[in-house]
Parts: sequence; C-alpha cells; structure tokens
Amino acid sequence: MNNDAWITLMFAIVGGAVRMGTPFLFVSLGECLTEKSGRINLGLEGVLVLAAMSGFAGSYLTGQWWLGVLLAGFSGALLALLHGVLCSLPRVSDIATGIALMLLGTGLAFYLGKPLIQPQAAQIPSLALGAWSASPQLQSALSINALFPLGVALAALMHWGFANTRPGLVVRLAGDSSDAAKALGCSVNGVRIAATTAGGFIAGIGGASLSLYYPGSWNEGLSSGQGLIAVALVIFARWRPWRCLGAALLFGGAGAGAIGPALQSVGIGGGYYLFSAVPYALTLAILVATSSTRGSLRGAPAELGVSR
Amino acid sequence: MHTPRNWHASTEAVLLPVTALAAALLLFGVFCWFGGQSPTEVWSLLFKGAFGDAFSWQNTLQRAAPLMLTALAVALPAQAGLTVIGGEGALALGALGCAALPYVMPVPGGVIGSAMVLASGALLAALWVAIAGVLRQWRRVNETISSLLLGYIAIALFKHCVEGPMRDPASLNKPSTRPLEEALRIGAIAPDSFLGDVHWGLVIGIAACVLFGAWLSFTAQGFSLRVVGGNARTASLVGLATNRLVVLACALGGACAGLAGAIEVAAVQTSANASLIAGMGYTGILVSFVARHNPWAFPPVAILFGGFAAAGSLLQRRLGLPDASVLVLQGFAFVCILGAEALRAKLFPLLTTRPAFTLIKPATGNKAIA
Repeated sequence: MNNDAWITLMFAIVGGAVRMGTPFLFVSLGECLTEKSGRINLGLEGVLVLAAMSGFAGSYLTGQWWLGVLLAGFSGALLALLHGVLCSLPRVSDIATGIALMLLGTGLAFYLGKPLIQPQAAQIPSLALGAWSASPQLQSALSINALFPLGVALAALMHWGFANTRPGLVVRLAGDSSDAAKALGCSVNGVRIAATTAGGFIAGIGGASLSLYYPGSWNEGLSSGQGLIAVALVIFARWRPWRCLGAALLFGGAGAGAIGPALQSVGIGGGYYLFSAVPYALTLAILVATSSTRGSLRGAPAELGVSR
Repeated sequence: MHTPRNWHASTEAVLLPVTALAAALLLFGVFCWFGGQSPTEVWSLLFKGAFGDAFSWQNTLQRAAPLMLTALAVALPAQAGLTVIGGEGALALGALGCAALPYVMPVPGGVIGSAMVLASGALLAALWVAIAGVLRQWRRVNETISSLLLGYIAIALFKHCVEGPMRDPASLNKPSTRPLEEALRIGAIAPDSFLGDVHWGLVIGIAACVLFGAWLSFTAQGFSLRVVGGNARTASLVGLATNRLVVLACALGGACAGLAGAIEVAAVQTSANASLIAGMGYTGILVSFVARHNPWAFPPVAILFGGFAAAGSLLQRRLGLPDASVLVLQGFAFVCILGAEALRAKLFPLLTTRPAFTLIKPATGNKAIA
C-alpha cells in the first residue's frame, strides 16, 4: 500500500469511529450529567429507543430534520423526568426505576413506532469535511454527522461548566455530598431531577442520530444495548466529559465499527452474532479492568450507588 | 392519631401492589383511549384473553410457568442485596444447554433423561450468572450492568450456536437445533381434563417457588443470605461467608432461569430456536418486583402477567393494537409498583389520621405516642 492509501484508511477509520460513536457520545454525556448529580439512569436505553422513534416521527411528519432532533430531545427529557421524579420518592431505588423505564420506553417506542417502520424521513445532513480532497474515498470518509461537532461542543461546555459555573458546581455538590448541598440551601432532589431531565434531553439527541443519520431508519432492532453500554462508558471515562468523547470514539471505532469487518477480512467469517457481541464483551472487559478491588472508584461522585 | 397494628404491614403488602396494578390498568386504558380505542373494550378483552375460558386459562398457565422461574432468577440475588437482571440471557443458555446435551453424550430416555437435559440447561445458566456475582464480590463491578451485558452476550452465543454449529439441516426457514427425542420431552399434566396442554413445567415452577421460599424463611443458609442482603458489613462481622453466599444466590437464580429455558425446549418448542427469546426474562423481573422478591407470592403474580401476555394476541387480533401493547402495560405496571413503594408504612397513617384529631393534640405528643 502506498502512502495515500494509508492516509485514506486512517481517515476511513476515524470517519467510522465518528459515525458509530456519535450516539455513544450523546448518551454518555447525558449519563455523565445524571451521574454527576448522584443518580444513575439505566433507563437511558429506553430513552434512546423512544427518542429514536419520536425523532424519526418528527422528521417524517414535518419534513424538517432539526424538528425531529428537537422532538427526540424532548421525548427523552420527558421519560428522564419521570425517572427523576420517581427516584425522588422515598425508598425508590434508581437502579430498579431504570429497569422499569427501559421496559416502558421500549414498549412505548415499539407501540407508537409501528406505522413508522416503512417510510423514509428527512435525514440529518452531513458536513463535508473532505471537500478539499480530490479523492472520493476521502470525501466519503470525512463526511460526518452534523450532530457530532455539537456533541464535541457540549463535552467542552460540560467540562468548563462543571468547574466554573454555579449550576455545574451545584450539580457536583449534590452528587458528592447531599448534606453539604442541603446545608447550602439547595434542594438535592430538585437538582437531581433537573440534571436527570437535561441528561435525558442530551441522550435523546443521540437517539435521533441513530434513526436520522446512521443507520438512518426506524426499526425495532435499532438499539440493542447502546444506552446501557454508554452507562458503562461513563465509568470508564471516570465521569469526565472530555474522556466521554474519547471513550465514545474509541468504542465507535474499535468496538462496533472496525473489529468485526477487520476479522472478517482476515478470513474469520460466519460468526455474525459473535461479532455483534463484541461491544458487550469489550464493555465488560473495560468494566472489569477499570474497577478496583478495594475502595470506591477514583473520580466517582460519592453519592452514586453504582461505585460503592 | 395513628397506632400501627400487626395486620397493617401484611394488609399493606397486598393492598399496595393491587392498587398499583389497578392504576397501571387505568393508565393503559387511557393510553389506548388516546389511540382511539374504547378503554372498556380493552379491559374486557384483557380479561377474556387471560381468564375468559378454558382455552385462555391454558394459554395463561403455560406462559406463567417460565415466569415463576425467571422471577426467582431476580429474587434470589435480590435477597442477597443484588439487582441481577440477566434472566433473558440465562434462559437462552438454559435452552441451549438442554438442546446441546444429546449432541455431546447419549442420554437415556424417560424421566432420568429428561432430568439430565433439564439439569444440563440449569447448570450452564447457573455458571453464567455466577460470573456476575464473582465480578461483583472480587472486582466490585456493578452486578446490574454486568448481568445485562452477560445476558446480551449469552443471547448472541445462543443465536450463533442455533444458526451455526448446532443447526439442524432439516430446519429450513426457522433455524433450530435438532429436536429432542420423544422420550426426553415433558408432557402434559392431564391432557384429557380442562388443563389441556398445560405441561409439568407449571408444577416444577410452583414447586421451585415454594421450596425457595421455604429455604429463605426456614433454613440457616437462607437466613444468612437475607442477612447479607440486609447489611453486608454486619454479615461479615458475624462471620458469614458473604462472598460464597452472594455467588451461590446468583448461581441458584441463574439455574432457575436456565431451567425455565430448558423446560420451554423440552415441553413446548422441542428444539432450541429464536422463539424462546420472547422477553420472558424481562417479565420475570417485573413479577419479582411486584411480589417484593417473595417467592411464595410468585405463582399468582406470574399467572396475572402470563394472562396479560396471553391477552396480548387477542388485543392484536380484535383491535389491531401492536404486539408491543403488552410491553407498554408492563412498563406502566413497573412504574406504578415502584411509585407505590413510597406509600409503604404510610398508607394506614394516611387513611386513619383525622384532621380534627391532629388539631386538638399537640404535635409533639403525637410523636411521642407513635
């Protein structure tokens, strides 16, 4: 292979990582915000599926992709709001509520999305970052989801906001010491409900990216655990927004986009279902590798049940 | 003024789930009403499809049998303080283990052979779910996430084996393993009575619920398990083998879900195929939560949810509702059940407190008496 071919391959891998990683990026940022406030939302899997369906419906009915994305965000926020409110009741576990919302979100999406399986909807546009190049492969590798830069900006905003703004500090306070937050006069439940709802909105945008960009249609097998994998990615990213970006890209590129086709190209074929299990196995391996045998995880919000 | 009485807690234990389920049905009716359906018709069809006649009862009981076992897969770890939700994957592995045994060794016919294929499925699933317990105790990996991931991997393995190495060449349009021999299958309890096709799996399910309930309530080991679930630190202080108990609870739970899958193969499908992956593991989670992880309460709750599942096809046929309507109903039920938890130990104070009383009595006096 000559130099140009290598460069094209490199960009193709990066392009694949961005394409597959964008939903992961949004869901993990949403989960990061939720977990920073001291709650875990396993229901983001349900949020993702419901948002993918409503995003597709919004785009299909209005013909405007951005209305679809907004609708996806709002439907995700609504379901997450339910999670936030339920978990604020006494004796209600956030893990159990997450499982319930996984069930409810998937059920609602399948029920309401039944008539949407056939039609085509207006898609999220691509940004042609490869327009400078004459090579068509490079151009196609570098045409990326318009939502991806938004996700990067969001990661930057969250990184800056957690450290420098009052709302960011309040969210972290609620997550690290609810007693301290109460002493300062913050409503811990209020902060957590707000953070969970906002996290649901962000995760919902990731759902729109699934149904309106790649794969780009609505069907019942659209998401199989991406929302859940994102929860594990946040642990891997040690609850830092920038690292969520890295984890999402790594996972999009290595986990879902590259390993399967690469193995197939060297002749290990026929195991379609085994390749589909690679992301789960990789997530599990990451979880095992990043968990510690003693003490709580470094960087984990102290009030978070998952890391205790 | 409210004085707690002995019967309050047990009445509440029945009243809260019943109220929550009624609320879920109400919500489901309203949801269908938004879709242009008549709620009363939806409710009456739900009842007819579940418990309307002998045929629907048979359908309901057939669907309830595996739910009791997949609910145990949630309840046993839950008694040890773990939220394990990999039942769907464990069920698939149980089915695979059951169908795979005749591939690797000759199996005698009759009851012994049936017991062997069932045990093979249960063992495979037990080992699989035990991994979640091991990871949690030795690596502090959250067991909810790891069990779900293990579940996805198990389902992928199942599909790979069924459509690849173990595929029966004769199964053309629906990839399956080689069917179990007649002698290994599980038959109906009383084929000529009103029970019809209802198979021995129902008896196994009810027996497992009764036995595990007794194990938790009356044996030292079951009690130790509940101590671990109540407070792991106390359990270690009094010298209980916490790690071993947690892994045991996961393995037993996995074995139950695996047994459910194996029974579905031996009694209903006769071979392992994709029809087994029908959400029974997820419904089992709901059954366990509704019954507050108490195995003795599983049979009636499982029959109720088996009934809803049976009624789903009637709703689909008569009203043209999507097949996901049962999933929506289950989602509402789960949310309502969790919300009802907040009312525990508050229901009777709410019902019995009279405003006039609280006005006369000073607040501090109230507290001292209660």
